[in-house]
Amino acid sequence: MTLLSLTNMQTNIGEYAVLHDISLTVPEGGVFVLLGRNGAGKTTTLRSIMGMWRPSPGSVMFRGQDITALHTADIARLGIAFVPENMGIFGGLTVEENLVLATAKGKFDRDRLNRIYRLFPALEKFWTKQAWSLSGGQKQMLSVARAIIEPRDLILIDEPTKGLAPAIVDAMAEAFREISDTTTILLVEQNFEFAKSLGRDMAVIDDGRIAHAGSMADFVADRALQDRLLSLSV
Amino acid sequence: MNAIPSTQGSVIVKAAVLVIAALLLFAPFLFQDVRSLEVAARICVFIVLVASYDLLIGYTGIVSFAHTMFFGFGAYGAAIALKQMGPGWDAVALGAVAGMAVSLVVAVAVGLLSLRVKAIFFAMITLATASVALVLASQLSQFTGGEDGITYRSPDIFKTATKLFVDEEGKVVRIFGVRLNGKLAAYYFVFFTSLAMFLFMLRLVGSPIGTVLKAIRENEARAEAIGYRVVAYRTFVFVIAALLASLAGTVYAIWLKYTGPDTTLSFAIMIDILLMVVIGGMGTMWGAVIGAVLMVMAQYYLRDLMGTAAEATANIPLLPEVLNPDRWLFWLGIIFILLVYFFPKGIAGTIAQKGARA
Repeated sequence: MTLLSLTNMQTNIGEYAVLHDISLTVPEGGVFVLLGRNGAGKTTTLRSIMGMWRPSPGSVMFRGQDITALHTADIARLGIAFVPENMGIFGGLTVEENLVLATAKGKFDRDRLNRIYRLFPALEKFWTKQAWSLSGGQKQMLSVARAIIEPRDLILIDEPTKGLAPAIVDAMAEAFREISDTTTILLVEQNFEFAKSLGRDMAVIDDGRIAHAGSMADFVADRALQDRLLSLSV
Repeated sequence: MNAIPSTQGSVIVKAAVLVIAALLLFAPFLFQDVRSLEVAARICVFIVLVASYDLLIGYTGIVSFAHTMFFGFGAYGAAIALKQMGPGWDAVALGAVAGMAVSLVVAVAVGLLSLRVKAIFFAMITLATASVALVLASQLSQFTGGEDGITYRSPDIFKTATKLFVDEEGKVVRIFGVRLNGKLAAYYFVFFTSLAMFLFMLRLVGSPIGTVLKAIRENEARAEAIGYRVVAYRTFVFVIAALLASLAGTVYAIWLKYTGPDTTLSFAIMIDILLMVVIGGMGTMWGAVIGAVLMVMAQYYLRDLMGTAAEATANIPLLPEVLNPDRWLFWLGIIFILLVYFFPKGIAGTIAQKGARA
């Protein structure tokens, strides 16, 4: 079943056309990975879905509803969480306050909170610390935790492993695997090893266009395609 | 409770504020002269005014120059009602409600129309709006008394001649030498209404809404990405701050029994509020208390202090000239620069931070 579909999406930032023609279908469940070189338009795609940059022309449909013209806050309230590349946490607030902000009624669901403590034990330890004092990995954990503190249908995650230590990356992969059992993840990633261990479906963006879309298993099996689209040696 | 994390420094700040609160509570008994009571009442009102302004600039990152305009709406509302209807509580209530109603309408209009634009443009719009209000107060002299303002009587219970308690001989009762008369009632009216408003603001910034405001101040786009309509929240806090400033204006008008452009609407008061917020520390309700106390005390007593210092140094060349009381604004400026230099996050913010490192 289709959860999210992008149709002929074009996004301009100022005078520059960043996305030329993005059409994509994200099925419900599992991890959908967006791959591509630096500057290909991956982050712009996520931000366009969130309404931070308005695509025109083109449309974004979520659960059959056209959300192209909706305000970012309303899109978030539909059940789409965004974990940006720079983590997007509020450094001046405590870990607890960062998570409270993402709850619907300012109160925690005990089961969800316990799940977060289990996935990211550091957050329980630094519960009352201000977020700026956390390490890079802990900030990323907080950012992901904020996305799952309430039930969501879709989580957009932008390059979560960037600059993280291998041990943290492994922990993050484990967390995403568990989260994807109940929530669809649209993951932008340049770390192909990380991406292929998680992804069920995938697409490659090149120069603001979808260059390839299909299953991750097929893409992993086709080395020539990988080399052509990603210039990667895997 | 607020932006100050629980540290040794924050305990010091909160203790200082508690001492100030105690001094204000017992001010009529501790400082038994008219001027001291005047200063104490002004401090109470300005704590509310500064704290409500801090909701804007400190908690939400909104720079407004229209705060004294809302203060003026409340003051003029009470003043016009008391002048027209006579000194009764019905006039006070009507004036307060009218002032708040005007503040509500203007704040919603300015907020919804202007809070979408960049901070500098919003600041300019509030400056223009406040200028219009100031000109109108001067021009509509048949209602506002023009440049001269309005003099009126406050409710009878606040008249100095009113005896709150009398002894067997019919004389007013004294406690620790202080007469329990209408002036005392007026002071406690100012104190307790200001305290109630301050506690309301403390509750607000400690609530989930306060956390949202701090998040908006830190990064608007991030706040929107997790589901908060920034314009709605900014308009909400702008309206709340306007209503509180308006109520503070009503309270001050009842205390002063005079309302004019210089006591409520002037840009000099707006600058004072800004200085008090900066001195106390932005984003800390406690800082508003410290900033208001220091600034009002300096405004009232720095001249006296300099006069005494000039007399004491009369035999030393140059010093009496430098310490001439007429130069008090110059010294106030020097003190402000030193405070900003040594307390870059305001007194409350810097002390709390140092406590955190200790």
